[in-house]
Amino acid sequence: MSDLDTFRMEARTWLEANCPAEMRTAETSDKDACWGGRNFKFKSEAQKVWLERMVAQGWTVPTWPKEYGGAGLSRKEEIVLLQEMKRINARNPLSSFGIWMLGPALLKFGNEEQKAEHLPPIARGEIRWCQGYSEPGAGSDLASLKTKAEDMGDHYIVNGQKVWTSYADEADWIFCLVRTDNTGKKHHGISFVLFDMASEGVEARPIKLISGRSPFCETFLTDVKVLKKNLLGEEHKGWSIAKYLLTHEREMIGGGNEAARPLHELAAGSLGLEDGKLADPMLRAKIAEAEIDEWAFNLTMKRKLAEAKAGASLGADSSMLKYYGTELNKRKYELMMDATGHEGLEWESDRSNDGKMARSWLRTKGNSIEGGTSEVQLNIISKHILQLPGA
Amino acid sequence: MALVLNEDEVMMRDMAQGFFAEKAPVKALRVLRDTQDETGFDRALWADMAGMGFAGIVVPEEHGGVDMGYLAAGLVAEQMGRNLTASPFLSTAILAATALKHGTDEQKSEWLPKIASGKAVIALALDEGVKHNPRGTATTAEPSGNGFKLNGSKAMVVDGHVADVMIVAARTSGEAGDAEGISLFLVDPKSKGVATERTIMVDSRNAARIDLDDVEVSGDALIGTLDGGMAVLDAVLTAGRGIAAAELLGAGAQAFEDTVAYIKERKQFGQIIGEFQALQHRSSHLYSELEIARSAVIGALTALDEGDEKASAYCAMAKAKLGSVAKLASQEGVQMHGGVGMTDEYDIGLFMKRIRVLQELMGDAHYHMNEFAVANEF
Ligand SMILES: Cc1cc2nc3c(=O)[nH]c(=O)nc-3n(C[C@H](O)[C@H](O)[C@H](O)COP(=O)(O)OP(=O)(O)OC[C@H]3O[C@@H](n4cnc5c(N)ncnc54)[C@H](O)[C@@H]3O)c2cc1C
Repeated sequence: MSDLDTFRMEARTWLEANCPAEMRTAETSDKDACWGGRNFKFKSEAQKVWLERMVAQGWTVPTWPKEYGGAGLSRKEEIVLLQEMKRINARNPLSSFGIWMLGPALLKFGNEEQKAEHLPPIARGEIRWCQGYSEPGAGSDLASLKTKAEDMGDHYIVNGQKVWTSYADEADWIFCLVRTDNTGKKHHGISFVLFDMASEGVEARPIKLISGRSPFCETFLTDVKVLKKNLLGEEHKGWSIAKYLLTHEREMIGGGNEAARPLHELAAGSLGLEDGKLADPMLRAKIAEAEIDEWAFNLTMKRKLAEAKAGASLGADSSMLKYYGTELNKRKYELMMDATGHEGLEWESDRSNDGKMARSWLRTKGNSIEGGTSEVQLNIISKHILQLPGA
Repeated sequence: MALVLNEDEVMMRDMAQGFFAEKAPVKALRVLRDTQDETGFDRALWADMAGMGFAGIVVPEEHGGVDMGYLAAGLVAEQMGRNLTASPFLSTAILAATALKHGTDEQKSEWLPKIASGKAVIALALDEGVKHNPRGTATTAEPSGNGFKLNGSKAMVVDGHVADVMIVAARTSGEAGDAEGISLFLVDPKSKGVATERTIMVDSRNAARIDLDDVEVSGDALIGTLDGGMAVLDAVLTAGRGIAAAELLGAGAQAFEDTVAYIKERKQFGQIIGEFQALQHRSSHLYSELEIARSAVIGALTALDEGDEKASAYCAMAKAKLGSVAKLASQEGVQMHGGVGMTDEYDIGLFMKRIRVLQELMGDAHYHMNEFAVANEF
């Protein structure tokens, strides 16, 4: 037996023994996810136990070094672990911007003190992070951001406004792009800082979305004090860190959408079959096409991850995955809405699980906007992969 | 499943890349076309390909092949797609070799070494109507003496007019539409009652119509079991679809790369047209589609080599995906070339033609989407 097979058997045995039955069912709504953090209230004892056990294994962040709360697994082992979790339908124990976004950037750019301070609480789900990138005047053109950080010797004073800050009202800390110099080109003079959302002068106001939920906020920063030890990387040179983090964010957004139930089953259940074929022949063709694309896309995720080394980013190919994955996901949800007809349109009822279908459909529209729009990803591919002039 | 090429595979790809670029570039296809070459491919090239091991790439070593598997064969086909190389690779090295691996010991020892050494060209005569439809086979084979008598018409028989022997699908029971009741026969094209018409197709590559009029074959011409030809055909078409998908990948990728190179040079409005975002976004979209398509090809052929029970479905899915993606790459390619894209001088049109034919062979995207739905019970 290869080492990988041995690991698979160990993981399987451990998961069988430790994953509570309740955590082996599909999440019924976005409210079922475990985000951790100081303010988080567990939905059930099982959710809490599942997190604690996975934390003890280092499996909330399997590839991180053990000293920071990980298990030091290789990328291949991580894939095996995820496969084994999927096999028993185990829920993700911890959803976290700290894991998906900040962690990789801290591992690459953080100093020893910063890693030791911030990584373990992320791994344990104790500190929840939010992302302070976008501003009212800086969306796709992120580098034109204006939030200002003034040098006060051992600390900065930060003033400005962030927007679309997902979960700012629930997060404990923020990783934030600020301007420390505005004399040069726009990509220069950006710094990457970390601070506590409980700091004086931080105010997060939720914004209501088309899905009816309010997962993101306007975040106002007024004379917020940020200690210099919380500057990640070099002053003025935060842009490359910001971009590195975005490649990880994009991989996550692009790939994180495997539905529990195939589209065609949902459609067959909803519309029924005639002579063994889906009652709507036009929809049938589109579903077949989308499912073939999904198969090929999932293979591509695996292929690109296998090509990259553990922990390394995929570079510009993360834009390809983000673009394709999110557009595909939007297509799938459109087809699901087609398949579920007026039932899918129900907004408030127990029967519809509080409008889960319609709300999820609306949420997918943000996939091709958050983390850089589809158009921006296409620009990046043109510039960095195809090397087209002027891109 | 390993989706990343290993060292041997990378070597194979590089070898094939150098070989076809040197020996059979697009120029060579133009020569065959312009001289109205009667064979439709270069026999010396086919002999060289046999020397490289390409002809026997899926033939077992005991029968003179190199037995490197379908993923390796796909790497070769991809390079042929990039160069629009005309050769009997698909008909003989893939379809016929796969069929004959299901043959009797005598059939294997007679034909497999000839395939591997490049000494025989073998054509699969399957399609009859205007679209691919194996179950629709209506050509009949009736018992006659101690053999069979074949009647019917075949179309789109790749390399049919130069074949040393043909593998003909014919109905021995049931009716058109049934999966059961089809049998496969080795038929000598020189037999009495065989009429062959070479059909020059849009891609300047080989195809033929074959009429069978009371063609007598002996009992030992049967490949596989009587009435059970569909099992062999499934294996043959699975391999064929996977390899055609690989060739489409090569052709689509080359059409795309030629296009990107062109838009980096051509100037209008005082600037390089590749600076226009409308063209950039379409190019980036194509890049993404081709990356997804590449995974489909590697995934399908790897599954086939590994004996995965879903390999047949995967090869069909890859064929569907590649048919659509390569078509898009060639169509966008012509459009982004502007007027010169419509000229015979530029290669992009040749890619569009070859891709159109390949996507039709062994089932187009619509065919395979339907099959996918049927297999998944919707
Ligand atoms: C669900 C969701 C969650 C988010 N979470 C966060 C978060 O936690 N933290 C955070 O900082 N931000 C977050 N964002 C913000 C997100 O990153 C921005 O919305 C995004 O970068 C786009 O910026 P914008 O909204 O200003 O749109 P704009 O930049 O104004 O774009 C408007 C349109 O113009 C197009 N466009 C812009 N520039 C170009 C160009 N050069 N070429 C072609 N087309 C172009 C865009 O593609 C888009 O279609 C979130 C957004 C969403 C939807």
